[in-house]
Amino acid sequence: MVTTMLAARVSLSPSRVGAVINRNVGALRSGPSYWLVLVSGFFEPLLYLLSIGIGVGALVGPITLPGGRVIEYAEFVAPAMLAVSAMSGALSETTFNFFFKMKYSKTFEAILATPVKPFEIALGELSWALVRSSVYTGAFLVVMVALGLTSPGWALAALPATLLVGLAFGGVGMAISTLMRGWQDFDMLTTGQFALFLFSGTFSPVQDYPPAMEVLVAATPLFHAVELVRGLAIGELGWSLLGNAAYLLAMGAAGLVFAARRIQRTLCV
Amino acid sequence: MIYARGLIKRFGDFTAVDGIDLDVAPGEAFGFLGPNGAGKSSTMRMISCVSMPTAGELRILGMDPVREGPRIRARLGVCPQLDNLDPDLNVRENLTTYARYFGLSKSEARSRAQNLLEFVQLQEKATSTVEPLSGGMKRRLTIARSLINNPDLVLLDEPTTGLDPQARHLLWERLFRLKQQGTTLVLTTHYMDEAEQLCDRLVVMDGGRIAAEGSPRSLIETHSTPEVVELRFTDEVDYTGKLEGIGRVDPLPDRILLYTDDGDAAVNEVHRRGLTPSSVLVRRSSLEDVFLQLTGRTLVD
Ligand SMILES: Nc1ncnc2c1ncn2[C@@H]1O[C@H](COP(=O)(O)OP(=O)(O)O)[C@@H](O)[C@H]1O
Ligand SMILES: [Mg+2]
Repeated sequence: MVTTMLAARVSLSPSRVGAVINRNVGALRSGPSYWLVLVSGFFEPLLYLLSIGIGVGALVGPITLPGGRVIEYAEFVAPAMLAVSAMSGALSETTFNFFFKMKYSKTFEAILATPVKPFEIALGELSWALVRSSVYTGAFLVVMVALGLTSPGWALAALPATLLVGLAFGGVGMAISTLMRGWQDFDMLTTGQFALFLFSGTFSPVQDYPPAMEVLVAATPLFHAVELVRGLAIGELGWSLLGNAAYLLAMGAAGLVFAARRIQRTLCV
Repeated sequence: MIYARGLIKRFGDFTAVDGIDLDVAPGEAFGFLGPNGAGKSSTMRMISCVSMPTAGELRILGMDPVREGPRIRARLGVCPQLDNLDPDLNVRENLTTYARYFGLSKSEARSRAQNLLEFVQLQEKATSTVEPLSGGMKRRLTIARSLINNPDLVLLDEPTTGLDPQARHLLWERLFRLKQQGTTLVLTTHYMDEAEQLCDRLVVMDGGRIAAEGSPRSLIETHSTPEVVELRFTDEVDYTGKLEGIGRVDPLPDRILLYTDDGDAAVNEVHRRGLTPSSVLVRRSSLEDVFLQLTGRTLVD
């Protein structure tokens, strides 16, 4: 009996996960406001790349990587902005939109009266966040290639890495959303996101940070995202990238499982 | 269709459903009649396999909700107490999107949505968003949505609460058709007229327990008299004693009820005793009276 219960819990239906994604595609068609949000989400990291990567980069000069290779400052910053756009794409979908569907519009409640299970909702939402995230990063990679900040080959290699970044932040974004009490809690999230944005080896190598800070930063997710995406985008490969990838994978999986459990706990009462 | 024994639902220390037994047969229209807080919605949520019973035995369509939730839900239609239509989708998409959760194909979803829009008379609103719809229209759309999977069992939690009489009658008429098609209906209500109109059999629920069970007619026969005389007096005098012996006397804050087999005879007796009520109404007994008898309180305050 325990095994059948376990099987019932684990068994997933791709068509039901697809139906959750399908709902979000439908919502996309419904109004221009969503498109506005979508477009602004893409431009933000691009503006940082242009202003800081290229503007400030002209003052800073080239950067020497730990391995000794010297690259342009813009080449250094661009992959970080790519990771940031993967992060914000996934987060904006799994925080504001997810929270709205869970707490306000009662969309999840309606879905739970059908055969769709909480885990399938979470997985569908995460997949959709990945779609949004990869629209951002795909477009950003095109810009990077156009500006000569990466080669087409390395851009292709970086794309799956950005998906992993989306997965990690999407999973955690959902988990956080299930814990939010109201919109005011989102201020904390925005602040946290901005702190990560500034201090994750985005604008300067972490080796330049004070040692204590370096250790702290190495524990945070965007650092691993930036390391992984940068390594691939500039073709600076190393075993440590596997560690970064494992960190992100674990983060995404943990977020997903936690979010599914919270959906169950809060809505199936 | 539904089998429950000693069904209990607790929220923390609070017991919302306190050990109820149910048997609902295929094709039946079954009702829960009770005031707010009686535990109707809590029971409905357990039957719809969304919330798990705290204790007791529950079988829906012969299956165990704990282990076979998705399989059961695939065959249920659920219309919750509060509409939870999708505000990001238009009327038609609300149906087609919902169909996909049941694994229906795109084309099947479209054709069923079209039929259901006609069934609930919302064809002209097909491309409207949900938000501007009237309460009655939203309710009809929610009911249409609950039918998208051709359910064997439809659960309606207060289908007409908050609607104007016209909207209610339209809904009743649609639900009646469903019933005629042989769909098993389970509904909750705190309107006795709704229960009388739609239910073959019902339970009167109060404080998480079932106070009585039967067809509307048998409940009235068992727990009330055929007729009721409603008397109103303008003065503040206590008439209970003066009315003694005419029938069973039930003083309410604004009127006095006389339960009797023959209303006209009771009125004659009132006048013969020289009493001069400001208004007199003779009517047939209703479920409202049954509820009053069983609990000492009125259904809708
Ligand atoms: N999720 C919940 N948590 C705590 N108490 C609840 C919850 N849901 C319902 N209740 C309580 O249980 C009682 C019965 O509620 P409900 O089943 O909604 O009654 P009805 O539908 O008959 O009005 C009410 O007192 C209500 O406050
Ligand atoms: Mg209720």
